[in-house]
Amino acid sequence: MSSGLGKPRSRAYFATWTAAFVLLVLGIVWALGYATQKVDYVWRWYKVPRYFYYQDDVEIHAGIQGTVAAIVQGSDGVTTIIVKGDGEQESYSLPKGTGSRVSKGDFIYPGDVLGSYKDWKVGILLIGLWITLKVSFLAIIAGIVLGLLTGLMRISDNPCFRWLSITYIELIRGSPLLVQIFIWYFVVGTLINSMLGQAGLPLVPPLWFGVASLAFFSGAYIAEIVRAGIQSIHRGQTEAARSLGMNGTQCMVHVILPQAFKRILPPLAGQFISLVKDSSLLGIIAIRELTKVTREVITTSLQPFELWFMCALLYLVLTFALSMLLQYMEKRMINS
Amino acid sequence: MIRAENLSKYFYVPHKMVALNNVSATIKPGEVVVVIGPSGSGKSTFLRCLNRLEYADKGHVYIDGVDVLAPKTDINKVRAEVGMCFQSFNLFPHKTVLENLIMAQHVVLKRSKKDAAERGMVLLKKVGIHEKSHVYPDQLSGGQQQRVAIARALAMDPKVMLFDEPTSALDPEMIGEVLDVMKALARDGMTMVVVTHEMGFAREVADRVLFMDKGEIVEEGTPEHFFTNPQSDRTKLFLSQIL
Repeated sequence: MSSGLGKPRSRAYFATWTAAFVLLVLGIVWALGYATQKVDYVWRWYKVPRYFYYQDDVEIHAGIQGTVAAIVQGSDGVTTIIVKGDGEQESYSLPKGTGSRVSKGDFIYPGDVLGSYKDWKVGILLIGLWITLKVSFLAIIAGIVLGLLTGLMRISDNPCFRWLSITYIELIRGSPLLVQIFIWYFVVGTLINSMLGQAGLPLVPPLWFGVASLAFFSGAYIAEIVRAGIQSIHRGQTEAARSLGMNGTQCMVHVILPQAFKRILPPLAGQFISLVKDSSLLGIIAIRELTKVTREVITTSLQPFELWFMCALLYLVLTFALSMLLQYMEKRMINS
Repeated sequence: MIRAENLSKYFYVPHKMVALNNVSATIKPGEVVVVIGPSGSGKSTFLRCLNRLEYADKGHVYIDGVDVLAPKTDINKVRAEVGMCFQSFNLFPHKTVLENLIMAQHVVLKRSKKDAAERGMVLLKKVGIHEKSHVYPDQLSGGQQQRVAIARALAMDPKVMLFDEPTSALDPEMIGEVLDVMKALARDGMTMVVVTHEMGFAREVADRVLFMDKGEIVEEGTPEHFFTNPQSDRTKLFLSQIL
């Protein structure tokens, strides 16, 4: 944003520097392409779409041994193959558009392919994207709850609550997220799952320890954002509310939090974006989120350049959408 | 109505500072008491001690016989019956004018939103801003905001109104409209304690004037006595400086 304090700029000034920007970006792209040619890297972008959505061959196998007794062409396009064996009979239906590979009277062994058809399946990258989205969404919701509670405890008069929240915030902010993920999975996870196992209960899948680690991590930061937001509301607001006879909770719910919420939305957006990106660490505890599946795809496709760029692009789509959503909310709140 | 006995209040900023020193005063029902004095004399602190926005370190405050400073007292009930207006209005910026008036009626007095809105409109009419009921406070002038603040306090049907320099933050041409509302309130028999620098208001409306300096009540009396025949040297000096 131009502050209007500098000297006025001419049109030529903007044209020149816009051109400089475009040239710089193009230059970087060209340099990358040139460098990859130098190391004989072949770009195969056409290999990428199949990891989003692909056509899978679905084969229909015979289950018994026998001869094909009849091939019935149904009116709805479904073909039914009846196989008669030694005192047993089985019928297999092939969906519309499936060519049968056997004819009447053929002798069939178990496992023989009776027919095959093509079906579209969701690729591994999209599955990874979905897991990332799911983990982030759950962690954001839990993080908001944790952060709000901790933030309120942080400004409470009660020393127990206050010190509890300070300890939590300092512990979380003072240690690496990677280490926290390990602790959640290898320490907390092992303890919980061992005890559940001993009690004969179903175990908690790693995904939930991943969600917990992200939620507790971002909760500590959200708590500080919430605290700062609440403390930024002028003291007079509390005094006015209390002088009208509201108690502390009523004042917080009706007067302070609605105003604080408007102010904490922008930093909160930044925190959510961080969280989505931090979820890329969860691959190390066997959660198949976007980064983890990208690594898996690279081991089969051997096209690391395209796939890492694609991975980054997908994160960008997620974070950009999130940022747009929060900006929209912010605008709506300001207009209201 | 209000009885303050030997109130003392200290601030530690960071050294001990006496804000109120053994202040006693009685405000009778229907009385308008104006508190004046130089800045830092403790008049705002005194006012804020009356509804426990500041907790006095020593002494007692009784409102209608209720011991305000006693830990067992339901202070929210006391405050609901004591209206207060601030120098900086402190309207709720995220609510419209009418919603400002509805909120505490609904939340504290448990009135239905409809009843609260009706009561609110009556009061907005009284202070002359009913046509702005659906506007947000930041679209109002200072004088209008202060009148809304007065209406908001009145919506709780208070027994007493406390005013903490209600006109000090206003442009000169807006002071009159706020003072007019306060005068009308006084005429209706509202018990009022007003901290102000408006000597004209004090002279015209007050039943009694308290002059405070250095945390103590130096002089008190009728406006006539106070402005024409002050006893203490400190009062004389103050009056000579401002009149």
